[in-house]
Amino acid sequence: MSDHELIWRIAGGSGDGIDSTSQNFAKALMRSGLDVFTHRHYPSRIRGGHTYVEIRAAGHKVQSRGDGYNFLLALGDSFARNPKEGAYYGNEEIKPLSENLDELNEGGIIVYDSGLLSEDDVESLNLEERAEENDWHVFDIDLRSMAKEHGREVMRNTAGVGVTAALLEMDLEHIEDLMRDAMPEKILEPNLEILHDAYDMVTEEYDFEHDLRIPEGDHEDEQALLSGSNAIAYGAIDSGCRFIAGYPMTPWTDVFTIMSQNLPDMGGISEQVEDEIAAAALAVGASHAGVKAMSGSSGGGFALMSEPLGLAEMTETPIVLLESMRAGPSTGMPTKPEQGDLEFTLYTSQGDSARVVFAPANIEEAYEQTRLAFHIAYEYQIPTIIIYDQKLSGENENVPVSFLDREPDPSLGSTLTEDELEDLPHDESGKFHRFQHDVENGVSPRSLPGQKGGRFLATGNEHTPAGHISEDPDNRVFQMDRRLEKLEAIRTELDEEHDSNQTYAGDESADFGIITWGSAQGAVLEATERLNDQGHSVKAVGVSDMMPFPEAELTEFIESVDQAMVVEMNATAQFRGLIQKELGRYGEKLTSLLKYNGNPFEPADVVEGYELNVDGSDAEPDAQVRIEPAAGD
Amino acid sequence: MSAFNAIGDEREIDRDEFTPGLEPQPTWCPGCGDFGVLKALKQALPEVGLTPEEVLTVTGIGCSGKLNSYLDTYGFHTIHGRSLPVARAAKLANDGLTVVAAGGDGDGYGIGGNHFMHTARENHDMTYIVFNNEVFGLTKGQTSPTSPKGHTSKTTPHGNAKSPIRPLSLALTSGATYIARTAAVNPNQAKEIIKEAIEHDGFAHIDFLTQCPTWNKDARQYVPYVDVQESDDYDFDIHDRKEAQEMMFETENALYEGTVLTGRYFVDERPSYQQQKKELGEMPEEPLAERYFDDDAEWERSYDLLERHK
Repeated sequence: MSDHELIWRIAGGSGDGIDSTSQNFAKALMRSGLDVFTHRHYPSRIRGGHTYVEIRAAGHKVQSRGDGYNFLLALGDSFARNPKEGAYYGNEEIKPLSENLDELNEGGIIVYDSGLLSEDDVESLNLEERAEENDWHVFDIDLRSMAKEHGREVMRNTAGVGVTAALLEMDLEHIEDLMRDAMPEKILEPNLEILHDAYDMVTEEYDFEHDLRIPEGDHEDEQALLSGSNAIAYGAIDSGCRFIAGYPMTPWTDVFTIMSQNLPDMGGISEQVEDEIAAAALAVGASHAGVKAMSGSSGGGFALMSEPLGLAEMTETPIVLLESMRAGPSTGMPTKPEQGDLEFTLYTSQGDSARVVFAPANIEEAYEQTRLAFHIAYEYQIPTIIIYDQKLSGENENVPVSFLDREPDPSLGSTLTEDELEDLPHDESGKFHRFQHDVENGVSPRSLPGQKGGRFLATGNEHTPAGHISEDPDNRVFQMDRRLEKLEAIRTELDEEHDSNQTYAGDESADFGIITWGSAQGAVLEATERLNDQGHSVKAVGVSDMMPFPEAELTEFIESVDQAMVVEMNATAQFRGLIQKELGRYGEKLTSLLKYNGNPFEPADVVEGYELNVDGSDAEPDAQVRIEPAAGD
Repeated sequence: MSAFNAIGDEREIDRDEFTPGLEPQPTWCPGCGDFGVLKALKQALPEVGLTPEEVLTVTGIGCSGKLNSYLDTYGFHTIHGRSLPVARAAKLANDGLTVVAAGGDGDGYGIGGNHFMHTARENHDMTYIVFNNEVFGLTKGQTSPTSPKGHTSKTTPHGNAKSPIRPLSLALTSGATYIARTAAVNPNQAKEIIKEAIEHDGFAHIDFLTQCPTWNKDARQYVPYVDVQESDDYDFDIHDRKEAQEMMFETENALYEGTVLTGRYFVDERPSYQQQKKELGEMPEEPLAERYFDDDAEWERSYDLLERHK
């Protein structure tokens, strides 16, 4: 890890204000000119339970959570005061301190709230001894009393931020500004007092020897702090999406709520409905009637969408669906990321699939690929799916404000106006040929209900050009081929008209390659950079197009290396399987680095994976990651 | 020029327009009650002044689902049980359309039961016709949610242990604002009820008794019906929820005991979902779909939302 970066972890109980405090602190760091990346770890409960948010900030681009962290603000879990001895939930006030020590880097700083944590508990951690071993700098400060003195106990967050700023010799200006924006008058004053008291107290009373200071940085353009969910929602809005239907499920809910809060004010409609089958079916109905529509869910909810997804394919109704993965199977770990739904998303629903699947890796890709998803869906009349995960949903990164300055796109793609309708084939009864056999790229333009001269039947059954149900063998082959032909046309468009949707990094001449997809990409790119800095020769590709698969690009990449390691967050190497299926070979060339413990990759995991691949399998991998050897080994 | 010129078309409509020459012949069995729904609908739509192009019919799966294959409106033949969510959204997206959803008793009260409950609760402005023949037809005669207790079929060889669903009561408790039952053997009443249902602003549910001469010869739908509005024996206030409920209870028992009572059961003026959404500012006044064709429309963009992220 570079010396010039701060990875600040604030830990407490769910409901203790960890999220909002960290959000403001991240913005303050961004405003002071730094690039930030946040990572949120939380349990599946509302109040109490150990939760933390990590903010990585540096004067250079940060693409992942980083390795470990170097500043712990342990607030204690105020909801864990369970008098029952040994209760499964509860009696765990100490957890925000005790659970976080293993990953704290050498030379790191610990601030804990001595007002909330009992001396006995702290003693049981052998903190002094461990601090000495690791050169940690420990500050036990009674944040709770400081907060109580001016206001309420919950404000000890603010005291913690004040202490942090003092220890990092950070100016309070941005923090104060943000508090003024975020807090109502009544609680603003006491919070400002607490902030300053904490800051002054540390500055005046403590001599500190640690090296960590606020990094220096500068932005040329004004920045905005966005989550992946923000980026997807804004991508949809800018694409002209004005209809969303959904059912709440973590982590997809973030996009759903952002859209619900904004769409009605933009003349759009948001519908919370009875289940995910209905949600996706509503998206189909709205799109059929002429509105750009989306829906989405996570694993279990997406399972319910398989019916309407197939209906959209067969009726060639454009829709965009989101799949924000969490760890499965079944309910799995609702608040933990995993990339375990890839195969499920590619092949959900019966029959031969004609759908497009994009996997954005970071905030900018989330926005851009959402726009691409809408463009492709409406131009080619095909469902597109954006597959991402809990990590990308909740992580925050700064992007230049100008990045989002894109024009809205109200085009409905290959949809006809009434004038255009007149010139197109109709049968002798006057019925419009909605599903013509012989059309360019497989795309047969559509009419909308209510248009003159455009009457047709959309049906989930196989159908004739006019939409009549048909089991005629020739027609079946024509229609199926036409629907599948779109995938080839889309592949061609992606290859020719857009810059590659894949991300490349590293040393082009390297003979060791790393392949990854989705949100694992950030850690892979940083690891690649680090390995090359250390004198190794490595290159990497982050793949975003899952279907249609970028066959040519991946073939070229794999052909150019002796060995490649596929990095993904699941236990069964699903993406490696996809590569081998799509390319029909390379079983002997590809190994896998897998992580599926509920925590995202850190760059160090990937470096370790590289070393294990290159040095042979004598070394035991860290228990958190797993190497899957190449076929035939 | 509007993008949807068929909507609001005032010209005189011939019912033949709803029956195109090249349509496939219905695959329904001879004597099937589904012909009765098709006929009633073809008569009702022009009589309420609709052209084929301003109507969207949305159907489920099964014999009933083929309704819009033989009726030349804009149509969407969806999947088993899912006609209502598709229909709801189409109406929200373009509320200039007249939306009629249809399905069978298995489709509508079984697999689509949850959607039925919620669409009624929300009171979407549409008509929902459920072809009730008390049996699964296209899958060849299995017991359905409306099959009587004791009904024997290939899936209930020892007789159905379950009591049938009470569709009218279910619609009422769920929140439907127009509830009626009619029968294929009663075409004039059927047509009048469909007309009223289409003109009703809110969720109009019609439990449409359709005999199945192939799989359910025992069903009572063949016996002469009694119109509850015309009979002095069945006097109740159609706007009174409690009285309607009592009548429904009697009707739903009578169906399985030998008397087929049909007619309107409940009419309520509760505002439709669309109307309420508009009042709350959750839905635009003009049909949303029109906006994509309006060159002057201002498309707000997410850029304007960035203030809170800076």
